[in-house]
Amino acid sequence: MDALFLARLQFAATTIYHFFFVPLTLGLSIIVAVMETQYVRTGDETYKRMTKFWGKLFLINFAMGVVTGIVQEFQFGMNWSEYSRFVGDIFGAPLAIEALLAFFLESTFLGVWIFGWDRLSKFQHAAAMWIVAIGSNLSALWILIANSFMQEPVGFVLRNGRAEMTDFFALVLNKHVWVQFPHVFFSALCTAAFFVIGISAWHLLKKSNDQTAWQRSLKTGIIFGVIGIVFVLLGGHTQAQHMVQAQPMKMAAAEALWDSADPADLSLFAIVDEANRRNSFALQIPGLLSLLSYNRFSGEVKGINDVQKEYEAKYGPGNYQPPVGISFWTFRIMVGAGTLMFLILLYLFIAMLRKRPVTKPLYLKALVWAIALPYIANTAGWMFTEIARQPWVVFGVMRIEKAVSTAVSSGEVLFSLIVFCLLYGALMVADVYLLKKYATAGIPAAAHQE
Amino acid sequence: MDLNTIWFSLISVLFIGFFFLEGFDFGVGILHPFMSREDRKRRVTMNTIGTFWDGNEVWILTAGGAMFAAFPHWYATLFSGFYLALVLMLVALILRGVSFEFRSKDKHPAWRALWDWSFFAGSFIPALLWGVAVANLIRGVPIDEKMNYVGGFWNLLNPYALLGGLMTLSLFTYHGAIFLNLKTTNDIRDKAHKIALKLWLPAVVLVIAFVIASYLATDMFTPPGAGQIITVLIAAIALLLSGWFLKRNRSGWAFVMTGLTIAFAVVTIFIGLYPRVMVSSLNAAWSLTIYNASSTPYTLKVMSIIAAIFVPIVLIYQAWTYWTFRKRLSEDSHLEY
Ligand code: HDD
Ligand code: HEM
Ligand code: HEM
Repeated sequence: MDALFLARLQFAATTIYHFFFVPLTLGLSIIVAVMETQYVRTGDETYKRMTKFWGKLFLINFAMGVVTGIVQEFQFGMNWSEYSRFVGDIFGAPLAIEALLAFFLESTFLGVWIFGWDRLSKFQHAAAMWIVAIGSNLSALWILIANSFMQEPVGFVLRNGRAEMTDFFALVLNKHVWVQFPHVFFSALCTAAFFVIGISAWHLLKKSNDQTAWQRSLKTGIIFGVIGIVFVLLGGHTQAQHMVQAQPMKMAAAEALWDSADPADLSLFAIVDEANRRNSFALQIPGLLSLLSYNRFSGEVKGINDVQKEYEAKYGPGNYQPPVGISFWTFRIMVGAGTLMFLILLYLFIAMLRKRPVTKPLYLKALVWAIALPYIANTAGWMFTEIARQPWVVFGVMRIEKAVSTAVSSGEVLFSLIVFCLLYGALMVADVYLLKKYATAGIPAAAHQE
Repeated sequence: MDLNTIWFSLISVLFIGFFFLEGFDFGVGILHPFMSREDRKRRVTMNTIGTFWDGNEVWILTAGGAMFAAFPHWYATLFSGFYLALVLMLVALILRGVSFEFRSKDKHPAWRALWDWSFFAGSFIPALLWGVAVANLIRGVPIDEKMNYVGGFWNLLNPYALLGGLMTLSLFTYHGAIFLNLKTTNDIRDKAHKIALKLWLPAVVLVIAFVIASYLATDMFTPPGAGQIITVLIAAIALLLSGWFLKRNRSGWAFVMTGLTIAFAVVTIFIGLYPRVMVSSLNAAWSLTIYNASSTPYTLKVMSIIAAIFVPIVLIYQAWTYWTFRKRLSEDSHLEY
């Protein structure tokens, strides 16, 4: 196994792992801040207990996000040193800004929030949580600015054998950021909403103490979930439309569309035969892909073979095709999970409006399992975004083979990969154990634990 | 001063912040299992830095980000070159980070012992490794003409670097003991005071030994300029004075003194390096400098504006949190971790 392959595997594994924790942080910080604000406004102790309960789970999750984030910060230098040299002038900036602007805020004020219950006024204490929420989401914004540069490089020139920044504002105002950030932000909100809904459902099912708190939590979860899912779907749709323009190869791979078509059909299901560059079977809906891409039933969507030719003319000979099967299926898993989430929320929302809360044990149980859906969608979505960008590490500018560290041997990467996998695996066990313990312990136990 | 020098200085400031703040965090972690066998008391030790540790750790993340943005080659060469050492450090920081949140969330003694020792190891290893890393930066490591480190892992563990590791280990532990003395009450406080007094001599000896070794084995103290002679003297005097203050039970002042020692040690090192950021032991011309490793003037300018606005803000709110949570902790305090 070569160092490049192992480095990719390590980056994929550690980043996906980091992103198990991040979306919950992004969304739950907001939900907890809202609950605490309600407490400050109304003085209702139920809200305080809710804040403490969900806050506790937030903290357990946050700790994991922090420690896995440290690895992320250094990995560009460790495994992708040639990449760091080549794009550091432009890519380092958002990372540094993220640390300075966002990490300091969230980490400092989270400390204040944890220890500040009897040291600060109610108002100040709630404000601390809002700052944590803003800080966390700012950190998402800046890291996505960095990632968007890789998807759609702007604001630079190639000079002195590297990419040099010419326009900071182009980097920040990159069109890609502004289709990507809303989608990530609202998918994070959905993640937190399903988390809150699922755990509340469990307590409703078990008839735990403090039923009002669970009812209210469930309602909060539904409201945030509905807002979240609507914008996730809309955002995903605009992102896809942007993708057709900016990275046609990615769209073609997402649809396993080998030859250009107008109007283009959408494959619900396909058996992708990468070796022979065709699909041996496909279940298609006519015209739907054109509709999704252009909001009308006609319009050409380019196929893999044509984009390949185009890229060869533009970038020289080479293979520009990402792994089509993975791209096709990860995209479908995300959209499929999103559709399910939408249906669940629709049902819950209608039930809520009709004041007929869900009580059927089977449904409540299903809601507990539904916690997994946004996690699946998030992971599949990122795998799609990153894998279907291949072979580019920076689209159109740098190929992945050129990016890997030259000073690091494959043995070293293999060693670190094994170490991280073992450590992360063990931590996952501890983390899930604690989350489960505190999630099921319910409110009174969580409020004054020792 | 040109922008490159400004950024070199700013990164030194970030390292001062990091070593000063995480220095005592590491120290507290190292002392944690030795402060007491009683669970409640151990919790007090851990909670003295509970509010601050994550904010403190962000100093190194920011330093890393700033190196990436301002001197990408430094970031790339250092982190790919010191690969395995860094993996070890990351493992340590991960274990340490989760131990805060995890330790007191279950009563089982084995669970608590597990995180006690993670906290210890996660503080001990970085405290040692940072000294090793810094010593290697000063001494020079094999870097080829393509700016790649070609020395392997064992090369980093030379006697000089190990001395550097022991030096930071002792200094941080001492700094941490004084911090504990400052933040606790009653018998925990007394115990921290006793330990700090005992740690003073080893810290002094190791710091002086390291300075002498640096004089002999590196070009830290060769002219031009006497700047680093002055700063190293300030660092040494502050360290001596810290013992004097400690004996008189003036732990606040002792803490200021160890803080000064750390700050001026970092300044000494950065002056000694200047204008290099990594010294090549193969060929002086292959060293990384603030010029050949840097970003473009445009990027440095953008980053300077951002740093000029946000660094002061960060300093203000972090100072505010130390002020708000200045109260000493006792066994009767409300403990979160
Ligand atoms: C709860 C999570 C979730 C759900 C339900 C969806 N997505 Fe998504 N999607 C993500 C979570 C996500 C993500 C993990 O956040 C990604 C990865 C990279 C990114 O920008 O967001 C993503 C990426 C992503 C991309 C890739 C953009 C690129 O590579 O430039 C597209 C085109 C879509 N999504 C489109 C959709 C559509 C049409 C959905 C309709 C059902 C959808 N997503 C549901
Ligand atoms: C947290 C969400 C993310 C996930 C789950 C994720 C996932 C992945 C995956 C699966 C790969 C491997 C692709 C392959 O090698 O085939 C990858 C590669 C990579 N990603 Fe991401 N990514 C995320 C966010 C980011 C961000 C925000 C950045 C930049 C700031 C980034 C930078 C990279 C780099 C440098 C590589 C290595 C080169 C490559 O393989 O293309 N990723 N990522
Ligand atoms: C691949 C590149 C990434 C890098 C270099 C990175 C870096 C880091 C670091 C260093 C931390 C710890 C901060 C602390 O100590 O408080 C962290 C946490 C965090 N990161 Fe990442 N991260 C990456 C991907 C992402 C992505 C894609 C997002 C969001 C979309 C994100 C959002 C966050 C958030 C919100 C936190 C706060 C703590 C938590 O995760 O629960 N990160 N990250």
